[in-house]
Amino acid sequence: MATSNAFAGADLELIDIRKDFPGFTALDDMDLTIPAGQFFALLGPSGCGKTTTLRIVAGLETPTQGQVMLGGKDITSAKPHERPINTVFQSYALFPHMTVLDNVAFGLRQRKVADAQKLAEDALNLVELGHLGDRRPQQLSGGQQQRVALARALVNRPSLLLLDEPLGALDLKLRRQMQIELKAIQLEVGLTFLHVTHDQEEAMDMADIVAVMNKGRIEQMGAPEVLYDRPKTVFVSKFLGQSNLFVGEVVEKNATSVSIEVGGNKITVDKKRAEKHTGKIAIGVRPEKADFHEKKPKLGSDHIVIGPGEIIDIRFTGVSNQYLIDIPNVGEVTVFAQNVGKSPEIALGANVYVSWKVEHSYGLADLPSGSEEE
Amino acid sequence: MAFAAFGGGAPAKDNSASRKGGPIVLALLLPGMIYLGLFFMTPLLSLLVTALESPDPSGAIGAYFYDVNFGNFLTVVTSYWPQILRSFGYAFAATVFALAISYPLAYFIGVKLRTSPLIQRLLLTLVIAPFFISFLLRTIAWKQLLSDDSAFVSLLHALNILGPTQFFIGSDAAVIFGLTYNFIPFMTLPLFTNLERLDTRLLEAASDLYASPNKVFRKVTLPLSMPGIISGTLLTFIPIAGDYVNASRDFLGSSKTSMIGTMVEADFLQNWNYPSASALSVLLMGLILVMVTFYVRKSGTDDLL
Repeated sequence: MATSNAFAGADLELIDIRKDFPGFTALDDMDLTIPAGQFFALLGPSGCGKTTTLRIVAGLETPTQGQVMLGGKDITSAKPHERPINTVFQSYALFPHMTVLDNVAFGLRQRKVADAQKLAEDALNLVELGHLGDRRPQQLSGGQQQRVALARALVNRPSLLLLDEPLGALDLKLRRQMQIELKAIQLEVGLTFLHVTHDQEEAMDMADIVAVMNKGRIEQMGAPEVLYDRPKTVFVSKFLGQSNLFVGEVVEKNATSVSIEVGGNKITVDKKRAEKHTGKIAIGVRPEKADFHEKKPKLGSDHIVIGPGEIIDIRFTGVSNQYLIDIPNVGEVTVFAQNVGKSPEIALGANVYVSWKVEHSYGLADLPSGSEEE
Repeated sequence: MAFAAFGGGAPAKDNSASRKGGPIVLALLLPGMIYLGLFFMTPLLSLLVTALESPDPSGAIGAYFYDVNFGNFLTVVTSYWPQILRSFGYAFAATVFALAISYPLAYFIGVKLRTSPLIQRLLLTLVIAPFFISFLLRTIAWKQLLSDDSAFVSLLHALNILGPTQFFIGSDAAVIFGLTYNFIPFMTLPLFTNLERLDTRLLEAASDLYASPNKVFRKVTLPLSMPGIISGTLLTFIPIAGDYVNASRDFLGSSKTSMIGTMVEADFLQNWNYPSASALSVLLMGLILVMVTFYVRKSGTDDLL
């Protein structure tokens, strides 16, 4: 409904932000740049500081230190109503004493935009709720309220749109549908979106760039594919999908790869895919990248083979089977095999070898908790 | 009737469930019905009947016979219109002052102190604390504090706010002060109950949508606290309009501050003019009912009540 260049969002830059609350530090030296027009997701568990970050950007919290820049302008001390930023709140926060249409027109009327009524109607039509403008928010379903909240924020054409887990309260099917709609709207209007969520699938599915937050810091940031393929810390490898992690001393090192020894097995990682090359390191692989074999497979040096171990659990999840294999002196390894009709017929208790390609290994910068002092 | 006004004239729901439960529901309702019948409806009817009585032809003082004498109403209006106007004037002023004082107080206790529940409870107790002492005693205490030779009046004299022969007690201001003071808790409590539940996320949303703090208050906080404001103003305005203690010359008033209540008391207890006292009471009731209905309808908060 609008040309994307006319309303292109602005760059958001957080410089050295710190936020202390009585008794704890919610954010610690946070630096973040979100280029204009991006769909950016802040992903993390509850309490990681992602909502605090969002509130600082919106102006609802004041950072203890640091600067918030929008489009090159310092807005750190600007009041929320002075910022060209709008938020879709987790609770939607629709005004119960106004009609849906008045809710959507609220921001326009505050800025005395001409034709507020017409623009609000257009925005409601965009989210396919044009026919419900006269209702009160309480009379709408959760999904409809969510779309009203979105229209109420979008109609103002903010430089930056903040989304605070707006899909959290919806059921899975509706959430999927809203994710697709949100992404489509973002592409259509070309705004900068900052989306805060704890749902890793949602973040990977919608965002151009994902920043994984933990304990008030950004652990890793990048395109979803890159983050998934090459997590750099234990937290990221476990929060974004599942990981099999192996910890051991580096026993072999050459120009291109690093190998560790774990329970008599050699596990190798490409040097450029490893954060650390010496001492005790953790190497991981995604469960769907691994295979298992009833006989020790004859594979080249571009593969890792470990085992044998016993299958102690098989789970059917529809699209795939999940096998849990207990390898002596190594630990439990998870392998996903797709249900494409050619999955090996294998019974619980069978002894198998696990293999994967070296290029799928990744070396982490830290060690899983509990393995540091072993 | 008054309850219909409070309910915003919502149509009575056809409650078939209660009809099904016939005997039990009736049995449960019976004590209440008997109570209301005996102690509300009977006196009310008696009041209406008395209001229409005429003086006994014998001319004996305090003797009246049953009649349908609507002239009583005309008489009370013509003789007491200054007291009627004054009552509603006082009630209006005291309600406005009580609201002006209570709203910030209730907002502070109900919203700002949410993070420290202990202080919140403490302050709320302090709001109610005056109730532990008799209303009459407190008003007498104020009479002493504001008496003609008090420091307060000396100050007013020194500041030339009052002339050398003017005093505070007995003035309109003294009565309005007393009424405001005595009824503030009735304003604060409903406001607190409402503001305590105010969703502050809505205020954040409004400021996120370009509303300045001033606009946030006018467009969001105030409309959302209307139910509290309505109950608070009704709970203060109605009893204040009928009050006769503060305006009495034994307390903060003088002969120049008499209200409807003062006249009802005088007619009933001193002049033994029961029809006049009753007609005045019925008139007060009717006027309040009309005003309240109009007020509740006008404020248009039906769906929030």
